[in-house]
Amino acid sequence: MRTSPTWRITRVVLLVLFGVFFVIPMLAMLDFSTRDVGGGRTWQAWANLVEDPTLSAAIIRSLLLAVLTVAGMLVLLVPTMVWVRLRVPQARRLIEFLCLLPLTIPALVIVVGMRNVYAWVNYLVSDSALTLTFVYVVLVLPYAYRAIDSSLSSIDAVTLAEAARSLGAGWFTVIVRIVVPNIRSGVLAAAFISVALVLGEYTIASLSHYDTLQVVIALLGKSAATTSVAASLATLLFASALLILLSFVNRARRDVEGS
Amino acid sequence: MSRYGRLTPSLALLPFLGYLVVFLLIPTITVVVGAFQEDGAFSFVNIEALFSDTALRALWKSVLLSGSTAVVGAVLGALLSYLVVTSPPTSVLRRAVTSVCSVLAQFGGVTLAFAFIAALGFSGVITEALRSSVGLDIYGSWLFGVPGLILVYTYFQIPLMVIVFLPALEGLRPQWREAAVSIGATTWQYWTQIAIPMLRPAFLGAMLLLFANAFAAYATAAALVSQGNPILPLLIRSALTSEIVLGRHNLAFALAFEMIIVVAVVMTAYALVVRRTSRWLR
Repeated sequence: MRTSPTWRITRVVLLVLFGVFFVIPMLAMLDFSTRDVGGGRTWQAWANLVEDPTLSAAIIRSLLLAVLTVAGMLVLLVPTMVWVRLRVPQARRLIEFLCLLPLTIPALVIVVGMRNVYAWVNYLVSDSALTLTFVYVVLVLPYAYRAIDSSLSSIDAVTLAEAARSLGAGWFTVIVRIVVPNIRSGVLAAAFISVALVLGEYTIASLSHYDTLQVVIALLGKSAATTSVAASLATLLFASALLILLSFVNRARRDVEGS
Repeated sequence: MSRYGRLTPSLALLPFLGYLVVFLLIPTITVVVGAFQEDGAFSFVNIEALFSDTALRALWKSVLLSGSTAVVGAVLGALLSYLVVTSPPTSVLRRAVTSVCSVLAQFGGVTLAFAFIAALGFSGVITEALRSSVGLDIYGSWLFGVPGLILVYTYFQIPLMVIVFLPALEGLRPQWREAAVSIGATTWQYWTQIAIPMLRPAFLGAMLLLFANAFAAYATAAALVSQGNPILPLLIRSALTSEIVLGRHNLAFALAFEMIIVVAVVMTAYALVVRRTSRWLR
């Protein structure tokens, strides 16, 4: 369209400016986290990720939380969504509305109101940071719902289910062995994005006084700044790797569907 | 089939619905009901406390922060989207920008606060570079107050804008431009009379989404702001953790209720605008 030299130069200059704005804070983190007191470089802050007992415990706790949240999300959401497709299509709008609701109700509001519910959770289950799983499942619902829904829309679940049923399969077999393998990419996407969200979550964990990764990072910021910056950058890189991997999964799916 | 037989499949949805009632609806209802109670009895004192100087100032600063970063984020994000959309869909640039944006839009929080402290803090990379090269000291308390928040929030608002606005820009078909040019329109006329009016609802909708996003954000501010509670989310924190602020026990509920109202109004407006957009851009 517009290919005048001025436009081409302006375009490159603007892209470089955007690039600089987004890259500088990341590079600053890398530089800051490898600084040595007397000048020069050290990787001690990065070594602290595994050596510092508080930090490594928090990393393990958050990873466990991520795994439990994914498991909870899958158990709660996948059978429900498949069932709605197959047997109660009239409930689809309701389920969609409920799943997207956490986008409108901020996490901060949920944490303010959840004290009563969590008094019961702590009484009935336990008073461990892992109980955050219950509320994290709600938090990841909108993103998980979208990922699974787009995958489910691309297959003819009703016909698949009818074929399986006519061959004598029960509903459990239909869902677990027929439908789920066909929406694998959507389920995988939902799992990835849930892990990324749980690893980055701070609001609910800090206000309910549980020491998850982000809470410990924020605390370390006051005493061991370089370590906390290293941990921040490491989590960001890990989440980026997950989400970029996810974009490859999506692309592979689109290619398969396109052919 | 009997009435009972038709209802049976719906029963399988009960675990899901029950879960959401317990972990989403009950907390929300607790907030709304708690906002109108004090010491277990119905009362308006907490709602009245929302109109105290402290609470109004926090609300105003929050609106200022969300509004300014929504406008700046929307304008710059739209510009970046345009730069990206003019390159072919398969280009490395386009893939890289969309991937990076999806990470940065969703993964802000504490990390971003530290990133900016590492860059602009007392011994930050940029601070030291400017100090030693041109003798300029940019370090100051501005970074840990509302001006700093505006800068840091912009960092996640631009990527969110790209994600939301890129599909709308992609929906702008080259044929429309060709049609306009073939009947003698100039580039200026094409933009002012066709492209901008068509994109306006998508742009406004995205801006509303950005506003709600910034208004409800908590983690970055909690990690960055060192003194006082300049914005609504931080006032909620202090009401929640120190139990009594402004002499009210249930103030946290009232402040959270205020946040629900603002976000709900903005998101409803967003839904209405988007419904109009989807008529044009498919």
